Amino acid sequence: MTVMNKFLGAAATMALSAGVASADPAIIFDLGGKFDKSFNEAAFNGATRWAEESGAKFAEVELQSDAQREQALRRFAEKGFNPIVMAGFAFGNALGEVAGDYPDTSFVIIDMVVDAPNVRSVVFNEHEGSYLVGYMAAKASKTNTVGFIGGMDIPLIRKFACGYAQGAKAANADATVISNMTGTTGAAWNDPVKGGELTRAQISQGADVVYAAAGGTGLGVLQTAADEGILSIGVDSNQNHLHPGKVLTSMMKRVDNAVYNAMKDGPGLTTGFNVMGLANEGVGYSMDDNNASLVSDELKTEVDAVAAQIIAGDVAVHDYMSDETCPALTF
Amino acid sequence: MDYLTIIQIFDSALRLATPLLFACLAGLFSERAGIFDIGLEGKMLIAAFFSAATAYSTGSVWMGLLAGVGASLALSAIHGLASITFRGNQLISGVAINFLASGLTVLIGLSWFNLGGQTPSLNGAARFQSIELPFAETLSAVPIFGPLYSEVLSGHTFLVYVALLCVPLTWYVLYRTRFGLRLRAVGENPAAVDTAGISVVALRYAAVAICGVLCGLAGAYLATGLGASFVKEMTAGRGFIALAALIFAKWRPWYALYATLLFGLLEAISNRYPSLDLGVVTLPSQFMQALPYILTVVILAGFVGKAVPPRAGGEPYVKER
Repeated sequence: MTVMNKFLGAAATMALSAGVASADPAIIFDLGGKFDKSFNEAAFNGATRWAEESGAKFAEVELQSDAQREQALRRFAEKGFNPIVMAGFAFGNALGEVAGDYPDTSFVIIDMVVDAPNVRSVVFNEHEGSYLVGYMAAKASKTNTVGFIGGMDIPLIRKFACGYAQGAKAANADATVISNMTGTTGAAWNDPVKGGELTRAQISQGADVVYAAAGGTGLGVLQTAADEGILSIGVDSNQNHLHPGKVLTSMMKRVDNAVYNAMKDGPGLTTGFNVMGLANEGVGYSMDDNNASLVSDELKTEVDAVAAQIIAGDVAVHDYMSDETCPALTF
Repeated sequence: MDYLTIIQIFDSALRLATPLLFACLAGLFSERAGIFDIGLEGKMLIAAFFSAATAYSTGSVWMGLLAGVGASLALSAIHGLASITFRGNQLISGVAINFLASGLTVLIGLSWFNLGGQTPSLNGAARFQSIELPFAETLSAVPIFGPLYSEVLSGHTFLVYVALLCVPLTWYVLYRTRFGLRLRAVGENPAAVDTAGISVVALRYAAVAICGVLCGLAGAYLATGLGASFVKEMTAGRGFIALAALIFAKWRPWYALYATLLFGLLEAISNRYPSLDLGVVTLPSQFMQALPYILTVVILAGFVGKAVPPRAGGEPYVKER
């Protein structure tokens, strides 16, 4: 009996301490898991950076299935975590359901827009980052042909492709841009074999730089490009290290910054539409030891100048998702 | 479309057809013995994972191949146990195997490598390297047939040639050996085989085991031949396309080769021409991707000859009622 009481007491203390820690932020990772070397890992890195700098803690959960989204959100909100950050567009519907029930909790959703007074919707200007790597690709190409390989054929991926094509044409008006989508179902994100075949098909059409915006499929693209001796461009996080000296650069989507900012702003953060573009370092291209020999100082200066022009508004990069058309590429 | 392009498309078609061919022959052995197997996908997937994981940790692609085949055989044993020994529903067992493989690979991958269910990328001796066939260099100068030999046939990995050799081998085993005759008989009329004093159970287990080995080769080819790492769900429905090819081939080995080559060719064409302009109409790539399934439905509907599955397929054999 006494043992039982001790247990009950311990449980009560736990419950209390959970209540006390109410100001802590929480983060929910999407199905890829937090060590996916891409999107979720970037979110995790941002949260870790905040925790190290502030000395505070954050709660986290990795989803195992789609059905858990709403459940996880509600549990964190009930426990009083604030703000609650979720990485991934797939949370859109669940958050739309939940946000209204917890008006005092701030939610942050990345890559999706949810219209509620207590939600900050962070979206990225992927087309701007893609424009820069497209510019670099066309400059690095010796055949004047560059390739794009997307994952699932959805507007977001066409936005990547469209920005890339515009950048390539800006660097070299004669450049040919070949674009392929892996498929139209979710399987298109995880088919490295098809990614490799698409890369070979593009190489046979003369492409010598390929940009992969295709999740797990992209790993096959980068691999085949390295095997066949052409350059590739990674996406989302810095993928230069995957094949040192073979990956020209990576289009960085600074999900870590978005998460870091959200946690730093804390409860009661400014809600609404939050656009992460070139101007606030939300997107960019990556430089490190692995690709230093591939990008000359001259090219780097040039690209930085283009970036400055985009920030200043002198160069307008068309966003495919604004009107579902692309001036530089036909799908 | 110039000759070089055609050569490149054929080259790509052969690479893409190989996993389908392995899986199709695997299904052929199993179904000819009366065991339907929709778990081809799952077996390929688990073989892909274990071959990549083992090849990475040992640095040897051959160890990887062995581990992949072993993992696939283990799933085959489960399928055999469920559908032969315990006379369960073969389709349900197959579905269960697909789910099991899909979950298990990611789970083990996460715990071993912490890479979101992927394996680290392989290089050097941990991957199959391409093999140049003899005289490929010298013959490449010969017009028309030279490039066909040196580009299309030569320069693939070991497993591609194994797959091609499996076709005549399968034909020989099925139609020219005593084992093959019995195996076919057990899929048509197991009672007759049993009356002749031959074990139905042993024959069916043998067929399911051969199916496991072939699926293992298919999975290992995906992860260590074509690709260079395991990515979750990387089979991407190839097991199901192989089943479609099996029906298209009417459960016969040489037709299986033609069917998988055709499906590989369709995929290669859709890779090369996302929207195929035929002058009159423009075919979107989705159409080419759907074509294998459309063709299978056409065959099943009886427009192009009749596709008759093995008569005892899908039914567990009960000795006495």
